[in-house]
Amino acid sequence: MTAPTALSAELVAPMTRRGRRLSAGIVLVLGFLVLVAVLALFGAALAPIDPRAQDLNAALLGPTGHFWFGTDSLGRDIFSRTLAGARTALVGPVLVAAGAMLIGNVFGLLAGYRGGWIDTVVMRTVDLMYALPPLLVAIVIGGVVGGGYWVAVAILVVLFSPYDARLIRGAALEQRNLPYVEASRTLGLSSARIMARHVWPNLLPLVVANTFLNFAFALVTLAGLSFIGIGVPPGTADWGQMLADSRSLLFDNPWAALAPGGALVATAVSMNLTGDWMYERLSDRGRTR
Amino acid sequence: MAAELSRFADMFGHVSRQSLNRPSAQRSAAIFRFAAKRLVGLGAVLLVISFGTFGLLSIAPGDTAQLLLGTREQSPEVIKSVRQEYHLDKPFLTQYGIWLRHASRLDFGRSIRTQQSVWSGISSRLGLSLFLGIYSTLIAVLLGVPLGILAAVKRRHVVDRVVVAVSVVGVSTPAFTSGVAFLYFFAVLLGWFPVLGAGTGFIDRVYHLTLPAVALALTVLALVVKLTRAAMIGALEQDYVVFARARGVSRSGVLLAYALRNALVPVVTAAGAVLGVLIAGAVLVEVAFTLPGIGSLLVESVQAKDIPMVQGLTVVIALVIVAVNLLTDLVYLIVDPRIRFGAGAA
Repeated sequence: MTAPTALSAELVAPMTRRGRRLSAGIVLVLGFLVLVAVLALFGAALAPIDPRAQDLNAALLGPTGHFWFGTDSLGRDIFSRTLAGARTALVGPVLVAAGAMLIGNVFGLLAGYRGGWIDTVVMRTVDLMYALPPLLVAIVIGGVVGGGYWVAVAILVVLFSPYDARLIRGAALEQRNLPYVEASRTLGLSSARIMARHVWPNLLPLVVANTFLNFAFALVTLAGLSFIGIGVPPGTADWGQMLADSRSLLFDNPWAALAPGGALVATAVSMNLTGDWMYERLSDRGRTR
Repeated sequence: MAAELSRFADMFGHVSRQSLNRPSAQRSAAIFRFAAKRLVGLGAVLLVISFGTFGLLSIAPGDTAQLLLGTREQSPEVIKSVRQEYHLDKPFLTQYGIWLRHASRLDFGRSIRTQQSVWSGISSRLGLSLFLGIYSTLIAVLLGVPLGILAAVKRRHVVDRVVVAVSVVGVSTPAFTSGVAFLYFFAVLLGWFPVLGAGTGFIDRVYHLTLPAVALALTVLALVVKLTRAAMIGALEQDYVVFARARGVSRSGVLLAYALRNALVPVVTAAGAVLGVLIAGAVLVEVAFTLPGIGSLLVESVQAKDIPMVQGLTVVIALVIVAVNLLTDLVYLIVDPRIRFGAGAA
């Protein structure tokens, strides 16, 4: 059973092998992510029509020259709303992925390298999370306590971090027994220095790849929350919420569902592929070429 | 998602190490200790969850008695009687003790929304969710494992690339998104499947639940493919596979009897995590397809701040997850003879 730690790395490890060079595919993916980032910053300003502008005379239209993807039941432009929706789709997941990874790295390194009570606490917390999917906890707490988008983001940071700590712990545990760690210890370096300067850089491919996977998962989870009306306030241009609204419009304007759904999937796919690509690139660093 | 799965890392590691190269009496003792340890652990998890669940009532904004009354008349006498009924004047831990005693008999009180018992509300909708869950698990496993094997065997071939591409998209597509898209293409546009309803009778139900089950299976399917493929690739590189081929064992024989057997271990190990993805997805799929299951009940109850119902549902869902995890442990013992016989990699 060497499977344990190998398994966790296996799941983060990419299925695709695209080598070190920039392929056409990865350029496309990175370009798309840059576009989403630009839209997250300036989406509402770049939209051809005000995403919040209602026009009941133009409600439930199919795609036209003016409304590229048609309109929803309040006559709001689907195309513009999809562009503006990039904001909640990017900001929250970035915070969740970064926050969870930060907490996860600190506790995971301490648990894996130092062991002891921190290890016990991390492992027991993960055991507990094991019986409760993050989305369910977020639905229950976010729904009962309320508080909207930022509370949902904070809940997800807390819920995601034990898994990350678990992953980093496994990888740190593997590194601990390697000769270079022993050598550093013999040289008299402090534990903190060995962890931060020697062990952690070796975990970087895993950390980066997992951050991207976390982003994709957070995007999907937050969109799921807004899909059932928890998180963003009603009326916000948000992909999950647009999908929820569009269910009743499928007969009139399917683009109201297909546009935000497509944007959501494309962003998540791009993040997953970028994670794979970064993993490959970072793992190859320092190897003979 | 991978982070979510990674937690299985060494859950079972200690068992096999303990049971390596030991006589059989000690072996069965090791298995028994393992089972006992798991049961105690899961019991502790359930206890902590029940405590958190009970705590929901006090972290909810507003006065608890008024919350429990919902939209009903809130005269001082009524509030007083509610305080008495729910023992709100007693200390928190006493309240929890009383609640836990009732909860262990599946008595979660009355729903604020419907005024009926919480358990009757849950049990009337549990069947559909279990049906949906089992249906989509079957789709995911029966398609995912063969596709994973195929991709591993045809590694770097076009077939592999297509399978990998499909599963990257599958992992990235939440079930409610694919669900809405399926509704449009297969129900609205093509008219092959019904837009609404859960169906009556077995055949009709299968027909009505096919779209939601496929939408739900897609994410899980992609995970199963990823796991099977990675484990299969690892297994195919092992010496025993090369040796079996050299001995003249047929290709399919090696594949099924040697490689797959070993590759299944990590797949089974991940079943619990996959279940979490499945249950979370099921909640959203039930909402997307307007199906009367416990997932949509949870969302309705959360929106209505029907806390007794939310408490009951949380405990029931946690119970289902814990039960399936125990079942997974059993399957694990069956699949991995190193645990059963303690023979190890002699």
